[in-house]
Amino acid sequence: MKQAPRYTVSSSQPGILDLALSGCWKIGCPLPPMAEILARIDGSLQTVRISTTGLTDWDSLLIVFLRQMLLHCRQHGIEPDLAQVPEGARRLLQLADATPQQGLALATPRPGLRARIGLAAIRLFAAGRDLARFTGEIVLELLRIPVGRSYFPPRDFFYFLQATGAEALPIVSLIAVLVGVILGFVGAIQLGMFGAQIYVANLVALSMVLEMGAMMSGIIMAGRTGAAYAAQLGTMQVSEEIDALQTMGINPIGFLVLPRILALALMLPLLCVYADLLGIAGGVLIGVSMLDISLVEYLRQTREAITLAQVGQGIIKSMVYGVLVGFSGCYHGMRCGRSASAVGESTTAAVVMGIVLIVVSDAVLTILFNIFKIGAL
Amino acid sequence: MAYGDTVLQRNISFTVNRGDIFFIMGGSGCGKSTLLRHLIGLKRPAAGRVLYGTTDLWALDEQQRTALMRHAGVLYQGNALWSSMTLAENVALPLQHATDLGPSLIRELVMLKLAYVGLVGFEDYYPAALSGGMRKRAAIARAIALDPEFLFFDEPSAGLDPISGRHLDDLLLELRDTLGATLIIVSHDLASIYSIATNAVFLDARAGTMLAAGNPREMLETSDEPAVIDFLTRGTGKREVPCP
Repeated sequence: MKQAPRYTVSSSQPGILDLALSGCWKIGCPLPPMAEILARIDGSLQTVRISTTGLTDWDSLLIVFLRQMLLHCRQHGIEPDLAQVPEGARRLLQLADATPQQGLALATPRPGLRARIGLAAIRLFAAGRDLARFTGEIVLELLRIPVGRSYFPPRDFFYFLQATGAEALPIVSLIAVLVGVILGFVGAIQLGMFGAQIYVANLVALSMVLEMGAMMSGIIMAGRTGAAYAAQLGTMQVSEEIDALQTMGINPIGFLVLPRILALALMLPLLCVYADLLGIAGGVLIGVSMLDISLVEYLRQTREAITLAQVGQGIIKSMVYGVLVGFSGCYHGMRCGRSASAVGESTTAAVVMGIVLIVVSDAVLTILFNIFKIGAL
Repeated sequence: MAYGDTVLQRNISFTVNRGDIFFIMGGSGCGKSTLLRHLIGLKRPAAGRVLYGTTDLWALDEQQRTALMRHAGVLYQGNALWSSMTLAENVALPLQHATDLGPSLIRELVMLKLAYVGLVGFEDYYPAALSGGMRKRAAIARAIALDPEFLFFDEPSAGLDPISGRHLDDLLLELRDTLGATLIIVSHDLASIYSIATNAVFLDARAGTMLAAGNPREMLETSDEPAVIDFLTRGTGKREVPCP
């Protein structure tokens, strides 16, 4: 059974404090309260004599104790007598003292409320400027493509087309069918109350074509491709691959960002059309199985419910979403810090920004389409 | 040299002569790699100039700076090979981008550069499939793809065993003699500093400036800065070359 660490303080001679350590001073044992010894040390003492006769075992716990006592002693101008302290512990204490305070003081005093508001405003402004700068760089590079001065390998571009398009089909299929089923189901209950079950076809078709097809595929892409872009570019930033491009005079915007954004802007409208179709198919499932509408009847109702302009509205929206999702993925990837956790943060930020931009731009676009009466209801 | 308000180094001034093997020495965290980033146009210095001949790198606009850096090859600390491309594509990319050469000639040049660094037969491997030393050599092949006048190396011998480190030194000497390039190397590898450096500068983190410049062997004999002597003798203080 190990003895708990303990100390006793006594004073045999005036001006000399005797500190007797005993027991096992190892991490895991409770550190005895420092208050007693610290209270006894003051300027009237000449020295503190430490005896370790009862000390059985020690590690960093003892060092912590002695160091705190030592620092306290020095504040009062006392140099304790460490002659009896184990040789190893004495050396460790010296080692801890040997490292001078170096490095730059990073902790700055917390600024006041006004200063913090000001700093936040400056940061916000800087972030806005950074976004504008990135957008500008992309536009400039885009303009250089027709002149043949921007360059990215076609193979990369086709790879991104495949990764963002064909490889996303299974997940888009699943989500689109289920969204169609859900819309159909909700519509069936509500419209059934008026005996207007056939209008489930209108509800499903209009919702899919105008909003849900584009938005669902956009959100899937934000989580799937936007995150992948941010992680790819972020990792390249960490491993200095983007620096390497820059020093070779290859513009990373043109080489890495443009093919990604273009691929997404091209593939998302296609995915949107696909999602529209599958969503309507999901509606058919409900209509035929739950509402006893025949397939032909359902499809004819659907055809009359939507116009080409409305389909076009969804497709245009999805192209905008594609650009925005690609933009946020690439933006956060390129602005990634140089650590593994920074890659994680930029991936998260890319997905969040992508989804927020999709919803905001959807609202703006819907209002614009209504003002200009394009495919309006 | 500064990050935000944190000043890393100040009052640094040195000259690299054509054909030098110039070492930027110093302990960890003293700003060696940051200095290199200033030199290769990746990070604008807080104050001062970087002169190539009489051209001030940071007074040029971006296009001119890019054009000037075409004459430079860089080996990054982590190699920075493009991980989504094979070795051959890695070496070929700078050639495709900066020149109008045809694909077959580019292929020839790529094979030549890979042969220089002893990586023939690995051209279709991806960087992740290679060992650390091979990646380093592949990164050198990419750095010399455009026959640069200036070659920058960030800790080339980090992570290499002593023998590979020695081979790397031989390769660097070979590159200087055959390409006529000027080598600027960030390193704290004493063995290669003593064996190939012709000129060097020593940065110190605590002083926040350069403490010595010149040939490291002469530095060892003549410098009175304790930090320089400590560094050059691995802290023993004996003024003799530790690894001849």
